[in-house]
Amino acid sequence: MHESQFPPGDFRAPLPTIAPGHSFRSINDKLTSIVLTKNTPLVWFIVTGIAFMFLMGLTVAIAYLLAKGIGIWGNNIPVGWAFDIINFVWWIGIGHAGTLISAILLLFKQDWRTSINRFSEAMTLFAVLCAALFPLIHTGRPWLAIYWLFPYPNAMTLWPNFRSPLIWDVFAVTTYGTVSLLFWSTGLIPDMAAFRDKTANPFLKKLFGVLSLGWRGSARHWARYEKAYLLLAGISTPLVLSVHTVVSFDFAVSVLPGWHATIFPPYFVAGAIYAGFAMVLTLAIPIRVMFGVQDFITMRHIENCAKVMLVTGLVVVYGYMSELFFGWYSANEYEHFMLKNRTWFGPYAWTYWLLLLCNFLVPQLLWSKRLRRTIPVVFIVCMFINVGMWLERFVIIVTSLHRDFVPSSWEMYYPTKWDFLTLFGTIGLFTTLMFLFVRLLPMIAIFEMHSLLPQSRSKPAGEEATS
Amino acid sequence: MAHDPEATTLYGYLAEFDTPGQLLKAANRVREAGYTKTDAYSPFPIHGMEDALGFRERAVAPIVLAGGLTGLMVGYGLEYWTMVIAYPMNVGGRPYHAWVNFIPPAFETTILFSAFAAVFGMFALNGLPRPHHPVFGAKRFALASSEKFFLAIEATDPKFDAKTTRELLAGLSSREVVELED
Repeated sequence: MHESQFPPGDFRAPLPTIAPGHSFRSINDKLTSIVLTKNTPLVWFIVTGIAFMFLMGLTVAIAYLLAKGIGIWGNNIPVGWAFDIINFVWWIGIGHAGTLISAILLLFKQDWRTSINRFSEAMTLFAVLCAALFPLIHTGRPWLAIYWLFPYPNAMTLWPNFRSPLIWDVFAVTTYGTVSLLFWSTGLIPDMAAFRDKTANPFLKKLFGVLSLGWRGSARHWARYEKAYLLLAGISTPLVLSVHTVVSFDFAVSVLPGWHATIFPPYFVAGAIYAGFAMVLTLAIPIRVMFGVQDFITMRHIENCAKVMLVTGLVVVYGYMSELFFGWYSANEYEHFMLKNRTWFGPYAWTYWLLLLCNFLVPQLLWSKRLRRTIPVVFIVCMFINVGMWLERFVIIVTSLHRDFVPSSWEMYYPTKWDFLTLFGTIGLFTTLMFLFVRLLPMIAIFEMHSLLPQSRSKPAGEEATS
Repeated sequence: MAHDPEATTLYGYLAEFDTPGQLLKAANRVREAGYTKTDAYSPFPIHGMEDALGFRERAVAPIVLAGGLTGLMVGYGLEYWTMVIAYPMNVGGRPYHAWVNFIPPAFETTILFSAFAAVFGMFALNGLPRPHHPVFGAKRFALASSEKFFLAIEATDPKFDAKTTRELLAGLSSREVVELED
């Protein structure tokens, strides 16, 4: 943990990442008690119950889809990709904040990442799960789709085409999901040992003992653990940047006006981080109050996330501007038509202006330090960004597709109730998993919080701090 | 399991400390006294503890590198074999061996294999999972995952002596020293 160059009390000094006055014991007690207590907050049951209802809606939507086929959705020709791919890109983007926080901020030694990294890694896992559902179900009959999604020796001796970005996407998303799972579960091991040692319940003691793999906090183990964790962070950093790059290739490699743009990879990655941080705050703001962890997820975290959103939001807006510029500069009549259709006279032009309201105008409130530190304002801005990032993918996908090169293949796209049930169903799946996670597993890495305390810094010369 | 008290052998001594600084100092003193089969236990990694214990192992990074290179070769090999040998497919006259297009999947498998190598290599080197270990026999060792710090000297250490080792540990500002049974 580095010291601020400013003395405490100075208005330039950063807010603390952990409220003062904590000891090793108080951190351990607080964070284990959230899981080991028998008292669950009532609001937890209410939120989980509502989310679970939506999850049940998702199972109905998928069951009906598998029975009837994708004709139950609004997709048509030319809009062959619609809610399925919009939701996929939206969710996978949300998943990016977890690895950014746990890997890239670790490499940059940003100690404020510590109290939100576990939480956002879990968010990543669940968001990737929701995302991965869509490519699977949008095939209509997923059991027939396996041979062109995954390379495996099949009876037809067919192999996927590795020259296509769609198969790159399969590799990128499955790798990202797997590595995120490894990262998250490796971080959980020492905390499972803390639970094993804390609980009095013999069954839980055995369970956490198994989950901790017999972790005993040996210095040799810690040395290898830290090395492995650092290397994981190092390899996850290019991975997280590659995933949304590859997702953007799905579009950029095609020849469709509105998709065929070189700005797509950086613009998608920035959008992913933007959406991810908005979702981190959307979840962290209520959960820190629900479980009383305001000492660990402080105003510093909220403010820093808000700053990251402000910066990445402006990168995204730069992406919008450069799309406009290159569309105009291409001097191509189809590009010109696409732009005018998207922003001016097209039937979906209102979604573009709504998108600019959500992703460009409203987040500018975060320039103000006072508003950045006003929790309801930050929460509302996050909600706008969540919606805005979904709209961005709607604009990219639907408005680019619905006006094909020749007017004879123009068609409007209208989502059906099954489209909406699937979208809200995945939000239910995500929320259910997230709330189960915060109740059943440590949402804040206990051992990393210990390392944030000043007394964790050892002074071999004999000037020890007391615990 | 039938446990005959006579048959237990001494695994070593375990000293308990209140702060990471005391533990680090004690580990340094024990190393300077010539002990090699020692280990420190703490709720979080302590900076400088590797040097204090004289632990110099650099095995994790080469394992990850080997994993990454394996992943690269497996990924690229799979692409080359399927696209050029097993199922060559002419798409608009593009080359079968389209190495530029092979980069993204090969990159992903490189990352995937290195991540597996990092996690499983680390656990293999650490000898985990391991259900039981003699240090768990100490009553207060449960605190090693929350607030206390422990230093163990194993009986197999060539310098180990039941009396002098215990005295050394007791003299290092430790709270208490307990025997560990194997």
